[in-house]
Amino acid sequence: MSDELLASFEVRRLSVLNELGELDQALMPQLSDADIWRMYEAMVLARTFDERAVALQREGRMGTYPPITGQEAAQVGSAFAFSADDWIFPSFREMGVHLFLGYPIPQLLQYWTGDERAQKVPERLNIFPFCVAVGSQIPQAVGAALAARYRRDPVAAICYFGDGATSKGDFHEGFNMAGVFKLPVVFICQNNQWAISVPLRGQTASATLAQKAIAYGFEGVQVDGNDVFAVYRATQLALDKARSGGGPTFIECLTYRMADHTTADDAGRYRSAEEVVSWRGKDPILRLERFLANRGQWSAEKGGEVKARMTAIIDAAVQEMEAFPAPAPAEMFEDALATLSPRQAEQRKVR
Amino acid sequence: MAQLNMVQAINQALGDEMARDDRVMLLGEDVGRDGGVFRVTEGLQDRFGAERVLDTPLSESAIMGAAIGMAAYGLRPVPEIQFMGFTYSAFEQLFAHAARIRSRSRGRYTCPMVVRTPYGGGIKAPELHEESTEAIFCHIPGLRVVVPSGPYTAKGLLLAALRDPDPVLFLEPTRLYRMLREEVPEGDYTIEIGRARVARAGGAVTVIAWGSMLERVLKSLGDIDAEVIDLLTLNPFDVEAVLSSVKKTGRAVIVHEAVKTCGFGAEIAATIAEEAILYLRAPILRVTAPDVPVPLAKLIDQYLPSSEQIHAALEEVLKY
Repeated sequence: MSDELLASFEVRRLSVLNELGELDQALMPQLSDADIWRMYEAMVLARTFDERAVALQREGRMGTYPPITGQEAAQVGSAFAFSADDWIFPSFREMGVHLFLGYPIPQLLQYWTGDERAQKVPERLNIFPFCVAVGSQIPQAVGAALAARYRRDPVAAICYFGDGATSKGDFHEGFNMAGVFKLPVVFICQNNQWAISVPLRGQTASATLAQKAIAYGFEGVQVDGNDVFAVYRATQLALDKARSGGGPTFIECLTYRMADHTTADDAGRYRSAEEVVSWRGKDPILRLERFLANRGQWSAEKGGEVKARMTAIIDAAVQEMEAFPAPAPAEMFEDALATLSPRQAEQRKVR
Repeated sequence: MAQLNMVQAINQALGDEMARDDRVMLLGEDVGRDGGVFRVTEGLQDRFGAERVLDTPLSESAIMGAAIGMAAYGLRPVPEIQFMGFTYSAFEQLFAHAARIRSRSRGRYTCPMVVRTPYGGGIKAPELHEESTEAIFCHIPGLRVVVPSGPYTAKGLLLAALRDPDPVLFLEPTRLYRMLREEVPEGDYTIEIGRARVARAGGAVTVIAWGSMLERVLKSLGDIDAEVIDLLTLNPFDVEAVLSSVKKTGRAVIVHEAVKTCGFGAEIAATIAEEAILYLRAPILRVTAPDVPVPLAKLIDQYLPSSEQIHAALEEVLKY
């Protein structure tokens, strides 16, 4: 008989750049000045896109939209580590990833006007359509990783979801299968701490989300999700591991949803203004600006110049998007199936 | 030609297609080493390896979801869900994704996969092992629903399904797995999805059935001059075949082992009423299970449509 300790675990948290823009040089991944500047511009582009999307919705020019403000580092930092052939399975709040990967901006806006043609992903990108059913993209990413390994392709699958998704059955089923088959997949949770009105403590009794990976037999790490360098470093390490046969990794990016859940939501009903204000100081863009300013590479004037350039890009994209012709009614039949049934063909005729 | 049962015919179709097309992969619970709980995939893991005939965790939603990712990547996965009653935990993957990914991505991603699942009653198995909820799946545009009625149709339909560019739910009537033996050609042949078959020609009444009820209908006719339509594909069902027969006979009886309310018979009856009511000489009748959960073994025979009930319905419409 015995009563012995069988296993014990630790959960690590990675942070490279603090709120003051100060760096832990030992943890800093290899990035050139040009790389860092590219990250900065991509984050400003994402923020500018987001602000415009919300404004367009308020003006009645766009439908319901889920803002990403505050989560730019988690999105740009992770996407910076991807290879061109990797497969990406987003939820619906990763527009910063789309933008960084070069998804056509007018098309990205077009989706949120309610036009499904926008989800015809350009051939050069292996990014899956937005997944509205929370967490259900997780097993699909696992399947893509299975297929990649079967084909002996040096490809990883990357799957994004939010904190709410960790309560879903597909989180468990997908993580479990990924662990059993030791697949090349990287799970990235943007823990923005709110699933509409339910805070993290209402979602789980687990001290961290990262530790959930341990039960599935692979590594989980928490990173400061507002620290673009930490997110990049963790993603790069996870992808290297995936590609070298080391199996899956779960990265929990601890961040904050600065805006409402969607433009149809009013977060003031369920969370305090003080909480939101306390996160303003942790703003991922502000932090990177402080870092660049400390190195003498950023000034208000330079920042203004970047913002103006990104605004011009978004202006042009909005104009292009609004010039798209409306979909014809028969469009709803396009790609319903490879071949329409006789009944569907009849229904199409009268639309 | 070899005399095969349905288990052997399906096994042969899977093996042949895997040999022909390296994109075809099987995955599911116990499909590999154990050859499946009905032995339908017996020997395939030995032949094609554990990577192509993949024993998965007990995880229906992940099986279905992973198959979607594999199909989008360019493979042709064949997920097996061990019993139809266990597809329920994979509904979201099937309904929200498999059936919609082509449309959602405007054709950039497709989902060519065949979901195999044993279905139907009469095998004295535990709860949720004898479900017949095919109508639920027919309500989803983007998903094809196919039901063979014997070894010959099983092989031909499965080969067609494995080559279809869209997801197919392939329902295997468990009661028939080893009941019927038929001549099944060894070589390659397909049965077109969306086409019904006249199982028996006749002139007085049209009987429409599928799956295991076809066998029961054919045994229940007595000397009635019935034309029996084996639907084979439920979605999209062969409207033309049904209408042309009903226009000829003026009478229609639909037999299914699923419950009556919102069963697939309702769709067929409504279509006949819409498009051929002026040809009808009698009310359209449905012979179905009652609207209750599938009972366990002791009452399953009283639940499933019986030969007597089928015969009585035929006599009823012939009174007009």
